[in-house]
Amino acid sequence: MTQLALVIDLNVCVGCHACVTSCKEWNTSGSAGPLCDERPYGADPTGTFFNRVQTFEIGHFPNSETLHFPKSCLHCEDPPCVPVCPTGASYKRKEDGIVLVDYDKCIGCKYCTWACPYGAREFDEKEKVMKKCTLCVDRIYDMSLAEVDRKPSCVKACPTSARLFGDIHDPESVVSKAIREDGGYALMPEWGTHPSNHYLPRRKTHLKIHKDELERADNPLKVDGHLPKPGLGESSMDDVSAW
Amino acid sequence: MKNNNPGDSSSTISPLHDPFAKSDAKVEVKNTTCYMCACRCGIRVHLRDGEVRYIDGNPDHPLNNGVICAKGSSGIMKQYSPARLTKPLRRKEGSERGTCEYEEISWDETFSILEKRLGHLRATDPKKFALFTGRDQMQALTGMFARQFGTPNYSAHGGFCSVNMAAGMIYTIGGSFWEFGGPDLERSKLFIMIGTAEDHHSNPMKVSLAKFKREGGRFITINPVRTGYSAIADEWVPIRPGTDGALLLALIHELISLGLYDREFLVRYTNSGQLVNLDDKHDEFGMFVRTEVPKEEGCYDPQNKLWWDRNTDKPVVTHTEGADPYLLGEFTLSDGVKVKPAFQLLQDRVKEYTPEWAEQITGIPAETIRRLAHEMGITARDQKIELPIAWTDSWGKEHDTVTGNPVSFHAMRGLAAHSNGFQTIRALSILMTLLGTIDRPGGFRHKAPFPRPIPPCARTPNTPLAIKPNTPLDGMPLGWPSDPDDLFVNPDGSPVRIDKAFSWEYPLSVHGMMHNVITNAWRGDPYKIDTLLLFMANMAWNSTMNTSEVRMMLTDKEESGEYKIPFIVVCDAFHSETTAFADLILPDTTYLERHDVMSMLDRPISEFDGPVDSVRIPVLPVTGDCKPFQEVLIELGTRLKFPAFVTKEGLRKYRNYPDFIVNWETEPGSGIGFLSGWRGKGGEKSMIGEPNPNQWEMYAKNNCVHHHVLPRSYQYMRNWNQGYLEWSRSNRITRYAEPILIHLYSEVLQKFRLAAQGRGITRQPPAHLAKRIETFFDPLPFYYEPLEVQATDKLKYPLTALTQRPMAMYHSWDSQNAWLRQIHAHNFMYVNALTAKNAGIGDGEWMWAESQWGKVRCLARYSEAVEPGTIWTWNAIGKAAGAWNLAPDANESQKGFLLNHLITEELAADVHGKRFSNSDPITGQAAWYDVRVRIYKAEEGEPEQSSPQFEPMKKYPGMKEHPSWLTYFGGKMRGGAK
Repeated sequence: MTQLALVIDLNVCVGCHACVTSCKEWNTSGSAGPLCDERPYGADPTGTFFNRVQTFEIGHFPNSETLHFPKSCLHCEDPPCVPVCPTGASYKRKEDGIVLVDYDKCIGCKYCTWACPYGAREFDEKEKVMKKCTLCVDRIYDMSLAEVDRKPSCVKACPTSARLFGDIHDPESVVSKAIREDGGYALMPEWGTHPSNHYLPRRKTHLKIHKDELERADNPLKVDGHLPKPGLGESSMDDVSAW
Repeated sequence: MKNNNPGDSSSTISPLHDPFAKSDAKVEVKNTTCYMCACRCGIRVHLRDGEVRYIDGNPDHPLNNGVICAKGSSGIMKQYSPARLTKPLRRKEGSERGTCEYEEISWDETFSILEKRLGHLRATDPKKFALFTGRDQMQALTGMFARQFGTPNYSAHGGFCSVNMAAGMIYTIGGSFWEFGGPDLERSKLFIMIGTAEDHHSNPMKVSLAKFKREGGRFITINPVRTGYSAIADEWVPIRPGTDGALLLALIHELISLGLYDREFLVRYTNSGQLVNLDDKHDEFGMFVRTEVPKEEGCYDPQNKLWWDRNTDKPVVTHTEGADPYLLGEFTLSDGVKVKPAFQLLQDRVKEYTPEWAEQITGIPAETIRRLAHEMGITARDQKIELPIAWTDSWGKEHDTVTGNPVSFHAMRGLAAHSNGFQTIRALSILMTLLGTIDRPGGFRHKAPFPRPIPPCARTPNTPLAIKPNTPLDGMPLGWPSDPDDLFVNPDGSPVRIDKAFSWEYPLSVHGMMHNVITNAWRGDPYKIDTLLLFMANMAWNSTMNTSEVRMMLTDKEESGEYKIPFIVVCDAFHSETTAFADLILPDTTYLERHDVMSMLDRPISEFDGPVDSVRIPVLPVTGDCKPFQEVLIELGTRLKFPAFVTKEGLRKYRNYPDFIVNWETEPGSGIGFLSGWRGKGGEKSMIGEPNPNQWEMYAKNNCVHHHVLPRSYQYMRNWNQGYLEWSRSNRITRYAEPILIHLYSEVLQKFRLAAQGRGITRQPPAHLAKRIETFFDPLPFYYEPLEVQATDKLKYPLTALTQRPMAMYHSWDSQNAWLRQIHAHNFMYVNALTAKNAGIGDGEWMWAESQWGKVRCLARYSEAVEPGTIWTWNAIGKAAGAWNLAPDANESQKGFLLNHLITEELAADVHGKRFSNSDPITGQAAWYDVRVRIYKAEEGEPEQSSPQFEPMKKYPGMKEHPSWLTYFGGKMRGGAK
């Protein structure tokens, strides 16, 4: 059974927000649209985004890390937002595991928001319905698009290719390989939601320098005759051993 | 099937809402080039019933290969922004500047006002017209307009952006970062990013950095702040602002003392082995010793310098077959003149610059500095790349391979925007050179038209006689001085230009000094001007170093009641703070509504593997009465009868901008024009060729981009690659094909120093500037504390204040963008938590930052990702109330703030009462990051609002109301975005 998902590589995400606005621009004019914005030119503007990037600092100066953390619906295998929905508007597609909201059935009661431990749901304050990431379901099967374009908008946009897309149930998929080989992990597994989206951790490259690498026979200082030499006047064992 | 089974997660129950719903609207896709920042990616604009439905990256474009950033993805909200200007506007008679009282006028009337006023200036005193533009990337046209007008008073924004980066590197290696060259991360193993403020380069940097990391490269970042790119570095080395030069010199010290430099590279490709005259009685003191060589025709830098050959122990002409120079030592020529190789002088110079010395200045432990040097030196030496690419060098030697030392660097404003930036960037270029990484795989690589000779050949005039009524300027308005005789000064040594660029005060100010134009014009120093035309430059807000003062200067009047700057024209697409001070506003189009070129004559988008230029083609009709600035210039130039725009009989040569781009040539028949693709009558030629009437159509068919991929043998070692240099010359990219040796030791700088010492054969500076020139024009890099810091009480003002560029917002361009402003609606002042606590400031509280020039009230945010001596904020998020058609209570003006209020455009008066620009004394680069501040908590009862505040701006005629809700749906326009 297919389970489509995103794998997000925190090792390369620079927090540029390309995924945030490319998602917004696709979806506001798509089947989930419009994604409304309140006070778009006024105080405290706020609107519906399916995907947001949060930035955290970890540790204390100078041993601190800055982490950019993109977050959207994780398309859980056991999504707690679905059973709590009183109208059945929240549902999980059998064919690909995408969790969707049927806006025509949604009554805006927000039970799903409370049930989701990840805060991934977005209430559209204008249309009074719950909205969320659809994995661009209206792109990925659209045969009128070229194959390279049949991907979620955020995946296509991401300049660092930090967003991988595929079927996590297919062991040969790019996402399964990444999870397996690069330490992919799920968020808050203790909730038992089995999130389909995974994250790849930071991975560090170090360079070990051995002391003898600093001394070489082909040191160019030799050529110009400037390797350090003891002065002529300095004493040596040769001066003091008489046998 | 009706779903009445709550909680059933089975999808056998069909949803009512169709997630695959498609509209039956007509969708078409048009290619053009993005301009949401200056990166210029290829984009596809998807239109549904004529409205923008989606903008994505063009997968067939060499710059971005299909990716797009947050700004590019928000182009829709720029296009339909209520901050757009749609009508030419004239300040109402009797109203004051800054009060936003405008009336609509027609373009006919606009042009006749301009024609009359500018025609008079051109016929009487052309320098009374000044044109300064915020954007650099259409300089080929704007610069040409100024030159044709006959005024020297022109530049783009480079002087207050990053001219130190351009000049410091171009005067050393013949190329620089960003459009001119960059790190070859595809082959690099160790990448050091030092002093970047996030945004230059944008998508290409993100793409290549991610690939680099995935392939196991090691990434070290050196920066006072850890954000954006630095976040994913393997190691962050925090540094005190303005001290990068000390670090770089200490790294050079360590590399030389351990012999971790690429000797072979230094010998053949740099001036390291050339002998410098050390006879300080001599007029040629500090210059390379020259000998007689057969004269070559059309030669820029004759190969007539000497090496001291190790094999024969005698001086020989450089690159003599079989010779190998000493890089170290001291020698005496037969005439008794003492000489040293340039490299020996470098070693002498850095002797004192030990890691322990640098630790005291930079705050980086000496141990770390040593390790950084070792990592660089050992990676360069032991992880060499050999590519099987045969090439021939400039001296005819054939090489079977191209070698790479895979250590690369990227740097930008963090190094540049200090008054010691030029020498710091010289040090960086020399460090890169010592490691043997210039135009080699895995190191730094050039992009066409670079490398260019050192310095490039363009010159300004060197006399005021070049300015004549009704005559084009005799020389370029901007150029590359090679010695004091190239300065653009009056016979008494005083500046010719309004911004004092190319004068003895800032001799190598190769990008002009826009940041001083308004102060100088207001003061009438060196003279008064009449008309100031600003294009896309927010000089009354974030593009100026002295915001409050500039706003005063723009409204200040003579006793006669006339404004001190009598006539101000602003061309902008949006309701910026600066438009409020205009007498005439010209509404520009957006990037989706116009033709544009990213020309080889300008700052093209070339790749490492060859020249690339590109175009914009309108994908939408023009909004309202907007007119592209290019069309304004061509119309105006034609009406004013500039020789470039009219025939001998005075008749119009070009219908419009597209016609001009196709048909204009640098000289009749030269074959060199704005676009290098599809030239020749049928589009069969590349780079040069006759005009092609169908050139635009051919660009349109080819993703709006022309990419000339060079043969592999021309892709590396281009400073000394015979094949490449000849190709470059025969395609008229450069005038000369001779090798471009790296200037480890800079004779250009020494010539200025000699003049200041009363020696040499060039003209000499006025006495009061001699000491300044002598001090800073050092032919070898040296460290000095930034000028403003030297003149500041550091106990009173213990901290440095900086800005960084957020990746999701480009400078001041996008606060009117409904989506992007939700990411950055207001900015915080980021303060190291300990520093803030010591000042009694709580996280999220209101605080003051105060310099000797001004103060701002702002919101504090604790950070562990900033070194304790630095505070910083995002650049240009703060806006004046009401500006950009935001509500007067919008976050941008009420919580957001502008750091500029802490900065000055001029340093305090020196002992002679003279005020110099707050700039690098060599290049005139604005020293934004030199400002020192103190911080304290805002008092109880103070308004919870940022300070300073200004009278809210009003909407102009022709602008839309801003809606309280936005429900944008491309093709339906139901969100009130119309």
